[in-house]
Amino acid sequence: MQDEPRPSEMLAAVATLLRATVMPQLSGHTAFLVRVAANALDLVRRQVELEPAADAAEQARLRRLLTRDGDLLELNQALCDAIEAGEMTLETPGLTEHLWATTLEKLAIDQPSYAPYQRAVGS
Amino acid sequence: MSEAPELESAIDAVVRRIFPGSEGVAAFRRLSGGASQETWAFERVEAGGARTPLILRRAPGGTRQAETAVGMEIEAQLMRLAGEAGAPEPVVHYVLAPADGAGRGFITSFVEGETLGRRIVREPRFARAREVLAAQCGRAMAAIHAIDPARLPPLRVATARGRLEELHARYKATGRPKPVFSLAFEALRARLPAEPVTPRLVHADFRNGNIIVGEEGLRAVLDWEIAHLGDPVEDLGWICISSWRFGGEGPVGGFGTREQLVEAYEAAGGGRVEPERLLFWELLGVVSWGVSCASMVVGFRGGIDPSSERAMIARRSSETEIDILDLLSPRS
Repeated sequence: MQDEPRPSEMLAAVATLLRATVMPQLSGHTAFLVRVAANALDLVRRQVELEPAADAAEQARLRRLLTRDGDLLELNQALCDAIEAGEMTLETPGLTEHLWATTLEKLAIDQPSYAPYQRAVGS
Repeated sequence: MSEAPELESAIDAVVRRIFPGSEGVAAFRRLSGGASQETWAFERVEAGGARTPLILRRAPGGTRQAETAVGMEIEAQLMRLAGEAGAPEPVVHYVLAPADGAGRGFITSFVEGETLGRRIVREPRFARAREVLAAQCGRAMAAIHAIDPARLPPLRVATARGRLEELHARYKATGRPKPVFSLAFEALRARLPAEPVTPRLVHADFRNGNIIVGEEGLRAVLDWEIAHLGDPVEDLGWICISSWRFGGEGPVGGFGTREQLVEAYEAAGGGRVEPERLLFWELLGVVSWGVSCASMVVGFRGGIDPSSERAMIARRSSETEIDILDLLSPRS
């Protein structure tokens, strides 16, 4: 068992340092790059927090949909193959729901401020 | 103190030569933005002290050029042709020659205005512009597409089928299975426009972020570097994709409606735009941006550009997955 604070707490602290202390002392392109770096730390923090549950849920859905077992990469490859072979379409029960759920879980990590994501989770 | 003394002195010599009566350049500085091209701003100093702002657009590092880019010289030529055809363009004053020692690029007039998409869709001072911008973009596209192909420099021809196959190969090359992309490719194959079109000049990156906007509307169309011959509707689809809306209202660039764009385009002689063809190109545009983002991983890991900026663009690939689902299977 590792000691605390947790990785996500430490990432948040560094992002705050960059935004509140470092950025005000910079200008132009360097300030832009530091803002990107702070955003990258936020993304990693969200991934640390959300990925385990999102991956487990995605894998469970894929197993049901494909009625087979495998790791996430294998199952996603199998789903892609089925879609590109025309064996699974938007009419396939459960496919749309799975793709929406997975996509929303990805956006929650990658870019929760993206307007179409905000619309999708807000409604 | 100059940021780039050698470049500045080379441009200084060019300006003295091409604008008789000039006493060189001042305020030479690099503008931010533009990973695939350098943009420099400077002022031409006339005898008597008057100053005229000018722009230098240059290949990165002077000579580096992406494989798909048309090249700086052809870009300048397209900008001139589009300007003559009635699209708003900066005036191209001079195309650099090797003997100038300033790399590959060209000098244009400076067009005052806003290029940041986020400001164009949000700031109150552009409220009037937003009402007319989609129609103005439609008219500019009609002017570009009307250029007689016989007058154009040699350009790559990109058909709908060709673009789709190339895109699919790039997706496969990422080695990362994405079921939403697979779904999009199936939908694109099913919707591939049946009628091939007579290839016209397609700007191919005509979008919010690549235009200069004033309070009255469109002032210039920039960034001709991936122009090609192809289906004109490609341009109309590309300006609609969600990634270029910057959180604004309206599918066209975050400032207008598809109806405003298409009506103005057709009224300006751009030819009839079938909704199915427009949807095909919009979807292809979304997938194209998504594959481009996903492909950034290679350069990030391979050392071409291991920056956090590139890593963050790679992680924008998922935004196109939600856009694909919104287009193909919207949640009610």
